[in-house]
Amino acid sequence: MNPTDLVERPYLRDDLPDFRPGDTVKVHVRVVEGERERVQIFEGIVIRRRGSQLSETFTVRKISFGVGVERTFPIHSPMIAKIDISTRGDVRRAKLYYLRSRVGKKAKVKERRDT
Amino acid sequence: MATETKGILGHKIGMTQVFDDAGRAVPVTVVQAGPCRVAQIKTPDVDGYSAIQLAFGAAKNTNKPMAGHLGKASIDAARHLVELRLEDMAGYELGTEIKADVFEPGERVDVIGVTKGKGFAGGMKRHNFKGQSATHGTQAKHRSPGSIGACATPARVFKGTRMAGHMGHRRVTTLNLKIIKADADRNLLLIRGAVPGPRGALVMVRSAVRLRQRNDRKAG
Repeated sequence: MNPTDLVERPYLRDDLPDFRPGDTVKVHVRVVEGERERVQIFEGIVIRRRGSQLSETFTVRKISFGVGVERTFPIHSPMIAKIDISTRGDVRRAKLYYLRSRVGKKAKVKERRDT
Repeated sequence: MATETKGILGHKIGMTQVFDDAGRAVPVTVVQAGPCRVAQIKTPDVDGYSAIQLAFGAAKNTNKPMAGHLGKASIDAARHLVELRLEDMAGYELGTEIKADVFEPGERVDVIGVTKGKGFAGGMKRHNFKGQSATHGTQAKHRSPGSIGACATPARVFKGTRMAGHMGHRRVTTLNLKIIKADADRNLLLIRGAVPGPRGALVMVRSAVRLRQRNDRKAG
């Protein structure tokens, strides 16, 4: 245990589902506009998870109007309202950077079938 | 004095990050601060200046002169004794306990510590020199400092010329850091940004001196 773990503990979230690189997720992001707060959904494929404890982050990639968009979130950020998993992916590596150089059908991730 | 001076001793525990109210990740240094006790009060009449002496930490052995000195403030033992210069001694008595809650979130502080020792370091690491070219025929001189002066005039190297030498392990004050959280129950201070020293090092946290100077100027 690291000596700073005690400080981090109250900030850790345990309400989010387990997900892995390759999964397609809907990230509900809190957006504050002046006084108002609303929730925006960012849906795409998780292409990496890195870090541990409070500093762990994940990156979601999607194609928006023909342009690839990647967004990195701290997993324990209070700005994430919730995460829905749309599909589970079947991938063989932890970092799916190869998706960046692929377009169209080749940029798809196989769906995982648990037997 | 417009702004009150306060201070506390602590050990640096390490760095991490926390989220603020706006959901932003804030880098913080965790300091195990206090509890400290006031071991001695120095006054202009007796000592020529005013200060309080803070006692902190558990000592393995206490010799008799130290036991006598601490005994006046009814303190059993202390590892560290550090003075804090003050203008106003109100509220401090011998033996007064100082805990992490002397500081409030949002306050500005200075942190004093001894930096990590880097040993004998060259000019590039120690003074951010550029070194020499990696190519263009440079031979075994890639990290050397270059010229250290002219020729027959002045025929010597000026004092203070920056060269290789011992780096680190010196007392450094980091100014104007913000307190993110103060927890008196667990004796913890969360301070935004980095503070000098390795983990476990003794650091002193005191009210920001720059802020005090500015307030004094405003007050006239």
